Amino acid sequence: MAHALADDQYGLASPIRPGPVLEIRDLSVEYVLESGIVGAVENVSFDVAPGEFLAIVGESGCGKSTLLFGIAQLLNPPAEISGGTVAFHGRNLVQLTERELAAVRWRDMSVVMQSAMNALNPVQSVGAQFRDAMRAHGKTSKAEIHERSVEVLKMVGIDPVHLKSYPHQLSGGMRQRSMIAMAMLFTPELIIMDEPTSALDVVAQRSLMAQIKDLQREYHFAVIFVTHDMSLVRHFSDRLMVMYAGQVSEVGPTQKLFDHPHHPYTVGLMEAFPSIRGPRVQLTGIPGSPPDLARPPAGCRFSARCPKVMPRCETDPPPEYEVDETSVRCFLYEDAGGSQ
Amino acid sequence: MAIPVTTTGLPQPAQGVSGAQRRSALNRITKAIRTNRKATIGVVLMAIFIFVAFFPGLFAHQNPDTATTQVFAHPSAAHWLGTDNLGRDVYAQVIDGTRNVLILALSVGILTTAVAMLIGVAAAYLGGLWDGVLNFITDVLLVIPIFPLLIIIAAYLPSAGNDVLILVLTFTGWSYTARQLRSQAQSLRNRDFLLAARVRGERPIYIIVVEILPTMTSLLLASFLNNALYAVLAGSGLQFIGLGNANNVSWGTTLYWAQQNNALGSGLYAWAIVPGACIALLGAAFAFINYAFDEIGNPALRPLTAAKVRKAAEASTKRRLADHGARAR
Amino acid sequence: MRFIIRRAGFFVLTLWAALSLNFFLPRIMPGNPINNIISKLHNVTPAQELAIERSLGIDNKASIWHQYVTYFANTAQGKLGLSVANGGEPVSELIRQGLPWTLGLIGITTILAFIIGTAIGAIAAWRRGSRLDSALPPLFVFTTAIPFFWVGMMLILIFSSVLGILPSYGAYPLGVTPSFSLAFIGQVLEYAILPALTLLITSIGGWVLTMRNTMVTTLTEDYVRMARAKGLSSSKIMVTVAARNAILPNLTGFAMSLGFVVSGAILVEYVFNYPGLGNMLLTAVNNVDYPLMQGLFLIITICVLVAILLSDIATAILDPRTRTAS
Repeated sequence: MAHALADDQYGLASPIRPGPVLEIRDLSVEYVLESGIVGAVENVSFDVAPGEFLAIVGESGCGKSTLLFGIAQLLNPPAEISGGTVAFHGRNLVQLTERELAAVRWRDMSVVMQSAMNALNPVQSVGAQFRDAMRAHGKTSKAEIHERSVEVLKMVGIDPVHLKSYPHQLSGGMRQRSMIAMAMLFTPELIIMDEPTSALDVVAQRSLMAQIKDLQREYHFAVIFVTHDMSLVRHFSDRLMVMYAGQVSEVGPTQKLFDHPHHPYTVGLMEAFPSIRGPRVQLTGIPGSPPDLARPPAGCRFSARCPKVMPRCETDPPPEYEVDETSVRCFLYEDAGGSQ
Repeated sequence: MAIPVTTTGLPQPAQGVSGAQRRSALNRITKAIRTNRKATIGVVLMAIFIFVAFFPGLFAHQNPDTATTQVFAHPSAAHWLGTDNLGRDVYAQVIDGTRNVLILALSVGILTTAVAMLIGVAAAYLGGLWDGVLNFITDVLLVIPIFPLLIIIAAYLPSAGNDVLILVLTFTGWSYTARQLRSQAQSLRNRDFLLAARVRGERPIYIIVVEILPTMTSLLLASFLNNALYAVLAGSGLQFIGLGNANNVSWGTTLYWAQQNNALGSGLYAWAIVPGACIALLGAAFAFINYAFDEIGNPALRPLTAAKVRKAAEASTKRRLADHGARAR
Repeated sequence: MRFIIRRAGFFVLTLWAALSLNFFLPRIMPGNPINNIISKLHNVTPAQELAIERSLGIDNKASIWHQYVTYFANTAQGKLGLSVANGGEPVSELIRQGLPWTLGLIGITTILAFIIGTAIGAIAAWRRGSRLDSALPPLFVFTTAIPFFWVGMMLILIFSSVLGILPSYGAYPLGVTPSFSLAFIGQVLEYAILPALTLLITSIGGWVLTMRNTMVTTLTEDYVRMARAKGLSSSKIMVTVAARNAILPNLTGFAMSLGFVVSGAILVEYVFNYPGLGNMLLTAVNNVDYPLMQGLFLIITICVLVAILLSDIATAILDPRTRTAS
């Protein structure tokens, strides 16, 4: 923990504070469309502890990216937050104005997006984009800005000569890493990542993940990592959250989820990803498709596809139940522990 | 000629268009026209003009070519818009001129689009040297200032009646559309459904006519409207400066006579205002329809206020929940 | 850099094509241009007749190919012939007199329309969903369809005929000799108001609509979201991130729109009797003054090509992708 502060000659790093970094309660996001209101994220609640790596997985359309942007207050119309709180060290971000948010942005919480080709401004050099971020937070000294830019590029293993390069001149892997470098400019407490490895080949994926973990070990920031690739997060995340149809279906320590998945959906996911070294197993998918969120079903959203469905599941929406450090949204675990 | 308004994201269907899809497309188009205000205005205006062009007798009872002794008359009961320098009834001229203008607009629109289609799609499909040559010709015509060229060509010719005007406008106007069509044809060229057709062994002409063209209908329609607009403005412009056949009854020529006889200076305002207003309205009709189709194809461009969207969303949701509830019972 | 060189090469080719058009058109049109011209003039001296022939590239003693080459050689040296309708004055001299008026009025107005139109479009897109954004598109769609000359006539009607506060004829009062005095400049500005307004009203719509449409799409791009995430201020995002990217298609569209601008220029100069090249062209046409017509066509083409080249350079500066693309 001392490392981050000792390096901080320029007053750029933020101190690591005690207590959960993020406390999200009943966060809901909806899309206001002419054809109707679609609830993309429904009553999501979870915490993020300092230095923790939380992975969020789920199939396409489950709302994980929307959730991420909802947390970071980066939703674009027609999406809007319809309820709930996002408390960053006690401060509810949902209620802050843009100007108040600007102070928090990037210093305390930064974002890494899926495709660096799209997320980096194509007409500005990499260095110029770093400079913009730093100037937006009051750093005006050219020397300071340059030194810090060089430093963060070195952190991710990119030659500082590329400060002058434009995004289209870099390789895919380098682009992603420069995005991570940019996210590290103020060594924030939390970095939110939306599928940053999806656009890369498997080798580059592993290398990027390893890089992120190394940086995390050194600078102790928390990470929320959204992906649809379960195998990627198995070895890199502390906790795993599974989303389905806009809701949290299960969240708990990663190892526990992999060893003993509780929610039938999680079970199905685990069985869909074979282990490369394990015994040969029959691959089973999950038949059916997710519900239309414009007309969400009355009961459990997974009931139509669940192999263990009970009559009750179709009429009553299940709350979350605590089982063995894991939170599960399924009636099967009603008696196992207390409800949330 | 109007500054080409580029919109991003022309609708790109994922596969070829079936007969059933074509029929339902027609239904969607009619519905879209009814709901989009710009389209409604455009279509209504167009319909009015077309009606007037077909049945001028219903609107004007005087012969526009009849010269009388009442020259430079102000608007009166006998002559609603007054008379011109030869005593001809201006109102009758305007009504009668509608037909010529529409013929000009529609013929140039169709011809230009057709020529552009041939050249653009052929260039995209044939590729190689053909593409290079056709491209060069297109680009040169694109860059050379058209209006001066039009003026010079029209000047070399003894008199530019409507037919000549159509030919000349087509000759100078196809290049922009050809370029657009070529680039869309190129992007379609490697789509899966075309590769499937090639693998099936279909001949290039079949592929072009049956597979490629229908998917480009939206662009073809937009081009037609754009070129029709160009014809109206450029054609009237040429007539206004005296290069059309001044004895043809058309809005541009009427304005020519108005300008030559200093209508504005002599207080004969109707003579100067009305024909020009008609040009503007017809042009606007084409432009509105064109823009409305852009919006229909690309919903992101629609100018709905956030308040309206929220109201519509809530209404839809209420309806849906009521539906849901009714069915559940 | 390679990009610019390629474009310049294309322009040279286009210029060649324009000149060739100039050369061949009178030859493929019905009638003999020389006789047409001579019959319009009186007392044509042999020298003048020769000059006219030379300007048209006609030399009855030489082959077509020879005439063609000589025509190019003459043009390159600026020997554009003598104007038949202006008492045999050299075409190049007449062009020199008219060029500043056209460049001044048209050039400045076009740039203004581009800047103002683009700004309005950007702001409308930024305030997506506001009432401003709902009202503007239909208005500007309408203005793009109005003929230039009619707008000019309407403005004359309102401000000159009815209100009588603005002049409608010429670039400066009759009888005044041009000078660089402040008074004269003031008069020039006064006389330029209505023509400039005409051009502005009709051409601004295209810029507004294109910019708005491009900007609406740009605003949904990830890098704009990223700029927000970094904590950049709203105005900085709108201008340096969004507009900076959205303006690129507008710049390429600028080249396309020049044809429109030229047509507008000619019509507006005609309506207001402005002493520019456009008006000169029309008068030349009415007088069947072939040498002047051809010279004007040439200079207009050159102006358009230069303008396109400038906008290409601007694009290359603003968009690093064009610089490094092969």
